[in-house]
Amino acid sequence: MSSRAEILSAVSQNKPTLVPLPTIDFNELIRYDDLVAQFKFAVEKIGGEVLFFENEASLFESIRLQQGQNRVINTLQMNDAEKISLSKEHASDLESVHTAYFRGEIGVAENSAIWIDEKAMVNRVLPIICEHLVLVLDKNAIVATMHHAYQKVNVKAVGYGTFIAGPSKTADIEQSLVIGAHGPRSLKVYLIG
Amino acid sequence: MKKVKEHAEAAADFIKDGPRTDWHDDTLWFVREKRDLAAHTLPEWEQLREWASQIKNHTLSNLDEYLKNFEINAQSNGVKIHWAANAAEHNKIVHKIIQDNNIQKIVKSKSMLTEECHLNEYLIQNGISVIDTDLGERIVQLRKEPPSHIVLPAIHLKKQDVSETFHRHLQTEKGNNDPQYLTEAARQHLRNHFVESELAITGVNFAVSETGGFVVCTNEGNADMGANTAKIHIACMGIEKIIPKAEHLSVFLRLLARSATGQPITTYSSHFNKPRPNQQMHIVIVDNGRSRQLGRADFRNSLKCIRCAACFNTCPVYRRSGGHSYHTAVAGPIGSILNPNLDMKANADLPFASTLCGSCSNVCPVKIDIHEQLWKWRQVIADEGYVTTSKKVGMQGMALVFANPKLYRILGSIGRKTMKLFPFLVNNKLNPWYKQRDMPEPPKESFRDWYKKQQK
Repeated sequence: MSSRAEILSAVSQNKPTLVPLPTIDFNELIRYDDLVAQFKFAVEKIGGEVLFFENEASLFESIRLQQGQNRVINTLQMNDAEKISLSKEHASDLESVHTAYFRGEIGVAENSAIWIDEKAMVNRVLPIICEHLVLVLDKNAIVATMHHAYQKVNVKAVGYGTFIAGPSKTADIEQSLVIGAHGPRSLKVYLIG
Repeated sequence: MKKVKEHAEAAADFIKDGPRTDWHDDTLWFVREKRDLAAHTLPEWEQLREWASQIKNHTLSNLDEYLKNFEINAQSNGVKIHWAANAAEHNKIVHKIIQDNNIQKIVKSKSMLTEECHLNEYLIQNGISVIDTDLGERIVQLRKEPPSHIVLPAIHLKKQDVSETFHRHLQTEKGNNDPQYLTEAARQHLRNHFVESELAITGVNFAVSETGGFVVCTNEGNADMGANTAKIHIACMGIEKIIPKAEHLSVFLRLLARSATGQPITTYSSHFNKPRPNQQMHIVIVDNGRSRQLGRADFRNSLKCIRCAACFNTCPVYRRSGGHSYHTAVAGPIGSILNPNLDMKANADLPFASTLCGSCSNVCPVKIDIHEQLWKWRQVIADEGYVTTSKKVGMQGMALVFANPKLYRILGSIGRKTMKLFPFLVNNKLNPWYKQRDMPEPPKESFRDWYKKQQK
C-alpha cells in the first residue's frame, strides 16, 4: 500500500465522530470608533510610519521628488513592458533596490497588516528584498479585523499574497528587538484620501 | 551512542548556574506577560480560543476528506504533493528532489517538522548541507546545537554567547555584543546564501483545504526571501496542519502571534498557492505517528497545536530547566504530550517534567487540555512499565501508606519526631526532597490529634 493510502486509511479509521464547524459571529468582534486612527496606532507600535496624502497626484509628486541616485521602483506607475521586465529580474538584481512602492489592497486596523498580492508586487521577491518598503493604501480600504479582511480577499484567486505588518524584525538575540532582519529596514504606509 | 540524559538529570545541570537560570526564567516570563497584554486588547479573546478549538476539533473529525481535497486543489495549482508515512520517508523524499535537480545550494526557514525528522543530519550524512536562515536557528546551527524553543530557538543563549559564535564563524569583532551589530552581520551573511539559493525548504503554519495553498508566518521574512528566490520550494507539513477554509485563517492568525510573542500579528503571513513561472513547488505531507495519536481519544486533541509556544513561556518547569532538557525537537508542555506518542520509552520522563499546575492549558490558544494529558500519559507510561524502579517503588509505598490509616498515623508520628530530634537524618543529600529546599518545621502534633482535642 502506498504511504498516501496508508495515511488516509489510518486517519479515516482513527478520526473521531464528526463535530460541526462553529459559526464566526461578527457581533462578537471588537469595534473601533476610528479605523484610521487605530490603524495608524498599530503601524507605529510595530515600528512603521504613516503619512497622509490627499490624492494620488500629490503622492506621485512626492515620489518623483525622492528619486535620487538610489534605485527606486514605483510599481504604481509602471507600464506593461516595464512590469514584464521587472518580473523577470532575479534577487541578485533586486538586492540593490533602495525603495519600492506598492499598492496595498486592504489594511487591517487591529494589527496594521496590509494585504498585497503578487500582481501588485510584480516580482514576488521585491517587497521582501528592497531596503525600504512603502505601501500605498486607500483610507477606505481599512477594515477592523482579520475576519473582515478575509471577507474581501479572494485568497484562491492569487498564486501568492501576503499580509505585511511593519518592517522585518527579529528578537532572537536576547529578546532585543532589531528592525531589519532579512527584509526591509523600514516600512512607510502612505494613506490616500 | 551517547546516552540521552533524562529531563530531571539535564535540568539539574541547567540550574547549576543560578543567575543564568533566573535570567532564563525572567526572559520567558517577560514573553508570557507580553502575551497577556496582547490577549487583553481583544474582548473576544476567549471566544476566539473557543472558535479555534472548535475549528480544529471539526477538522480532525473529517481530516481524511480535508487532506484529499487539499491534495486535489494543490495539484490543480500546479503543486506536486508527496506523502510520507514517517520521518525516514520524509527525508528520502526531500533528498530525492535535491538529487533529481542536481541542487547544491539550499536554504531553510523554520520548520519544527524537519527538526522532528532530523532532516539536516540526514542530508549531511548524504553530503548535502542546508543553511538555516532564521536568525535564532542559524545561531544554534553554527553552534551545532538543536533549537531550545520552537519560536525562540536561541533563547537559552546570552548575547555574549552569540557574539563569540559569530566571531568564530562570521568574523565579527571580538567582544562586540550589540544585538543590532550581530543581527546586521547575520543579515549580510545570510543575504548571500539567499541570493545564491537554488532550493528553499519551509515549514507550513496552516494548509488550507479549500484553496490547496499554505500559509507561512515569519517576522524576519526569511521564508519569503528563500521561497521567492529559489527555483524549487519544498514545504513540509504534518497532516494536522490542515484547516478547512481561508476564512478560518483569520481566527488562527489573530491568536498565533499574540500567544507566541505578544505581537498583534507576525510581520509576514504569506499565502503560497501556486509556483512562480518556471518554479517547482512541492509539499511533503507527513504522518510520523500523527494518525496513531488521532486514534488515542485521551491524547488526540494535542494535534490541535499551532506551535505558538505559549505553554513553554508560562511553564515554571520549562522556564527553569531550559529546552534542551527535554531532549526532543518540540520541548515544553506540548512536547511532553506529543513525544511519548513518537517513542514512549525514550520519552517516558517527559510527562513527569511538570507540576501539573495547569497554566499551559489556560494559555493554550486552541484549548488543548495539556496538563490533563500529562497526567494521563503518566498513567499510560506506568502501566506500560516505563517508569524507573525508584519511582515505582516510591509510588507503591505511598499507595500502601495512604490506603492504611493506622500505618499513616504511625509513620507520621515517627516522621515528626525524627525531624525534631534527628534533623540531619532528613536534611542531607540522600534525601531528594532536601535538594534546593529547606525541610519544613515539623508540627508539634498531627491535624488529627489537634482536631480530636478541639472536640473535647
